[in-house]
Amino acid sequence: MSNNQGKKLLAVNGDWAVEACGLVKSFGTNRAVDGVDLKVPTGSIYGVLGPNGAGKTTTIRMLATLLRADEGSARIFGYDVVKEAQIVRQLIGVTGQYASVDESLSATENLVIFSQLLGLGRSAAKRKAAELLEEFGLTEAAKRPLKNFSGGMRRRLDLAASLIAQPPLIFLDEPTTGLDPRTRNQMWETIRRLVKEGSTVLLTTQYLQEADELADRIAVIDHGRVVAEGTVNELKASVGTSSLYLGIKNLQDLQAARQIVERVLNVGSSVSTEDGKIIAPMADADRVTDLLIAIRGAGIQLAELSVQKPTLDEVFLTITGHGVQEDASKASDKSQKEGVGRG
Amino acid sequence: MKSTSNTPATDRRLRNKMSFSQTVSNSLTMAYRGLLKIRRTPEQLFDVTLQPIIFTLMFTYIFGGAISGNVQSYLPVIIPGILVQTVITTSIVTGVQLREDMDKGVFDRFKSLPIARIAPLSGALLADTIRYTIATVLTFTMGYIMGYRPDGGLGHVAIAALLVIVCAWSISWIFAFFGVIARTASSVQGISMIVLFPLTFLSNAFVPAETLPKLLQWFVKINPISHLVTAVRDLSNSGTIGWDLTISLIGAAVIVAIFAPLTVRAYMRRT
Repeated sequence: MSNNQGKKLLAVNGDWAVEACGLVKSFGTNRAVDGVDLKVPTGSIYGVLGPNGAGKTTTIRMLATLLRADEGSARIFGYDVVKEAQIVRQLIGVTGQYASVDESLSATENLVIFSQLLGLGRSAAKRKAAELLEEFGLTEAAKRPLKNFSGGMRRRLDLAASLIAQPPLIFLDEPTTGLDPRTRNQMWETIRRLVKEGSTVLLTTQYLQEADELADRIAVIDHGRVVAEGTVNELKASVGTSSLYLGIKNLQDLQAARQIVERVLNVGSSVSTEDGKIIAPMADADRVTDLLIAIRGAGIQLAELSVQKPTLDEVFLTITGHGVQEDASKASDKSQKEGVGRG
Repeated sequence: MKSTSNTPATDRRLRNKMSFSQTVSNSLTMAYRGLLKIRRTPEQLFDVTLQPIIFTLMFTYIFGGAISGNVQSYLPVIIPGILVQTVITTSIVTGVQLREDMDKGVFDRFKSLPIARIAPLSGALLADTIRYTIATVLTFTMGYIMGYRPDGGLGHVAIAALLVIVCAWSISWIFAFFGVIARTASSVQGISMIVLFPLTFLSNAFVPAETLPKLLQWFVKINPISHLVTAVRDLSNSGTIGWDLTISLIGAAVIVAIFAPLTVRAYMRRT
């Protein structure tokens, strides 16, 4: 039927797969989650984006009834995660950061046991296990002990285990961390297909590209708080404009060129340290013509000119004020640059 | 998954309470998981196979002459005693393994599934009755080889075996509780030994209580382990069922009634 349409309508009418309000969780003195609000529309892929230790996993664990929030409340399809936990568990599938399958058993045994726990009879459980293994390309490895599984195979088995009951909401905690690009793409395909089949997916990721690629909406989370929320395009727009990159042929002219850029475009500029390019926000494309004329008038020769749309990386940097990469030097260098460039 | 679309949340029949039959079926599935694990790692049965053989041989020949005059007349005293001691010591492993198991990611999945909360625990404990059975059968077999001929007959010996297994299962809830609250598997082992060592040795398992100092006698007489040992002796040596059996069963029920809810509560709270 018009399943998809119905879902979209409901979402507009306020039918939320996830509604979290002011979630707080402290571990000792550390407020891992510090007042998180989330609203995930039914039938969408929702990305929770943040660096390590931002509180993504803790948030997911609270939503998935694995952890009780200190403060705040959350509802899954309208059911309270604390008071109606057992109902919530019937509506969700959880794939954690670390594969939650039984190491000492085979893939088939794992899936059969989970299926039986979910109420399938013995033969039905076996059928279901075979079906899922086939679907996730694990049939050949079905009887092997999990110890010999690669990281990718383990993840796939883990996801398969989450899908036994065909839950309408699936939590994926960093589903592609540690996977090679090919396996990662397979995982993305699977996630897209799940949503096509009517599921809602809430995934966490450290990778901006992943959020960009998959998510309909994104919440950026940092130090246990949601610092930005919206569609990918909204977030990009919130950072503002595209950037103009100017490469100067003769580096002696760099300062003069910068002055011209700042005067004509009437903005602050910065110089990238790696390749000595001038970077300036480009609010009005028309002015670039004036700029180029002025530069030629000053006798400065350009080596290169390019315009770049803001990337999610920049969005993240702008919002959180620090880099996503753990590589601190690179991150601080970049944020410095962005800081000047965007005023 | 070949079916193209999922049932939306609003069209599902949902219940917030687990029925009793569901709880039983979940527990049985978890027990099946435990059995599969034992089959995959048979080396974890080392203790239940070796301990009965070594302990029975050792204690019988060490104490036999001193306590009962000769080994032959000590056998009816020591076999029930060693049986209870061995099987109950085995139940410590339940707590240790539970701790190790819970540290693995798979318990996260159990928690997120709509299953009875008690099932991962009761299933593990249920699967471990296979260990108690192995230990029981081996102890009686060793006794038989050494010349023990219980007068109670096979039927009463079987009832005695069943009694020991049931009581060990109940006591394993104590160790399961330690397993859930302890931080590491080795600390579970440590705490459990401290509890169990005095309980099994300060009983009538190896020596007649009458030979002990007054204060110890008092403890030995109220020690539930003594009642269990006496019940097993009555059953296998004379085929009689006495007050001690009732006390043992009541004790077992009390332990389960206290520690099963405690363990489940601690398990739920632990994250």
